Amino acid sequence: MKRQIPLFITFFVGTLLIFSVFIPPMETWGENFTLFFDIIAVFAFFLGAGNLVRVHVGKLKKRKADWGFSIVTLIGFGFMLFVGLLKIGNPGGIAADVTAPGSWFQEMFNYVINPLQSTMYALLAFFVASASYRAFRAKNREATILLIAAFVILLGRTPLGMLLTAWIPDSLSFFQIPNMAVWIMNSFNLAGQRAILIGISLGVVAMSLRLILGVERTYLGGDDNG
Amino acid sequence: MKKTTFILMAIVSALFLLSWILKAGSLSGETDNYILQGFLVTFSAFLTLSVLSFLYADNPLYKFAEHLFVGVSAAFWMCMGFWTTIVQNLIPRLSDGLSKFFEQQPQPGDYNFFFFIPVILGIMLLMRLSPKGGWISRWPLAFIIGTTAGLNFVRYLRSDFIKQISNTFVPLLGTEWQGIGHFFSNLDLSASGQLVAIAANWVIFLGVFCGLIYFYFSKEHKGAFGAASKVGIWVLMLTFGASFGYTVMGRISLLVGRITFLFRDWLEIIS
Repeated sequence: MKRQIPLFITFFVGTLLIFSVFIPPMETWGENFTLFFDIIAVFAFFLGAGNLVRVHVGKLKKRKADWGFSIVTLIGFGFMLFVGLLKIGNPGGIAADVTAPGSWFQEMFNYVINPLQSTMYALLAFFVASASYRAFRAKNREATILLIAAFVILLGRTPLGMLLTAWIPDSLSFFQIPNMAVWIMNSFNLAGQRAILIGISLGVVAMSLRLILGVERTYLGGDDNG
Repeated sequence: MKKTTFILMAIVSALFLLSWILKAGSLSGETDNYILQGFLVTFSAFLTLSVLSFLYADNPLYKFAEHLFVGVSAAFWMCMGFWTTIVQNLIPRLSDGLSKFFEQQPQPGDYNFFFFIPVILGIMLLMRLSPKGGWISRWPLAFIIGTTAGLNFVRYLRSDFIKQISNTFVPLLGTEWQGIGHFFSNLDLSASGQLVAIAANWVIFLGVFCGLIYFYFSKEHKGAFGAASKVGIWVLMLTFGASFGYTVMGRISLLVGRITFLFRDWLEIIS
């Protein structure tokens, strides 16, 4: 029963949502179920947060390696939760948007989350540089094509690209590097992305069917939980 | 703690304090909360530099920033979910009392008994933290999987399969056919010209076709099929190259943003 009921729920909900597309009175069910999904996802956030606290408290108790940084995580988590759930400093009070300008929650986003997030991504620019060295070695025809496309796009998005080819007359403006970059994005890139998207969509449809029909059961986990 | 680490921490703390004092001083004429603002800008710069310090090696400053990011982000998304989904979308449908408490304005017809279902499933999901009742969380998980599968089945068939195929069938002799004479008299190589647009349409049509052939593994890639598959590889390589270039540019612009913050907002070297 511990496995059969979840399988039935997946089958029932999945089939219902597919049929709801074909039956006009059931058309809004998709929206409602999406909202149900969002609500359960919030509980999943609570679950994730609970797990985060459990892991770091455990690390702290057992004095594992780098346990001091667990204190940073717990303080950061606790403080953000405090200012967010109580809307501390929110000029509009409890009725206002949680991200209202001036609220501590928004200030924490602007001065802590945003710099951390964007610097983490910016850090990748340096690692991408070393990856480019490997990728940009024109070892064979395919790698050369990749190199040329990346080079044109990179150059086309900078003022240098425009400067280098600004002398080309308007009747041949296609050969100006920024225009070539746009053309590659709108033709080759579009075609390749579309081929990949069509492949992905077939994969998603097949996987959805496998899940609904109970062929794919790995999400239920092992038998150790019953 | 090693002696060198201790000295390093002391230097960083002293620099932080110095920066805070200087920043607060420079903001004193501009804002009332200049001490807090000075702290926030300094802390933000400290976090930026801490993350960038990873370029040298993994170090305590980076670990501090990393652990802070994990904690703060988890709480951020939890609060966003609570206020935007639970308070705005769930509570008005379930309880007038709670709606009044959170100062929400329920619309007529908002009350919906069925919205107790996701609440019950959500509570069941939290049972995953219990060592013995973990299996109960499979029910909401099954609901999530069923919803995702049901919605994605239709959504992907519509938007990523049928629509993408439909959009691939583009006019191969220009969008507005005005006769053969007009066609040949307008073939120039300007970026907005007819020839360039036609070439793009040919590339889209053949590129998708050849790309799909490359992904078809049930037939050996030999002869004409193999040649089309080869063209498919080239199209995909161009796609990956373009995506790579685009990603690099995105990362560089983020880096420029952070450097601008450091030099303009923190150090005030540039205006």
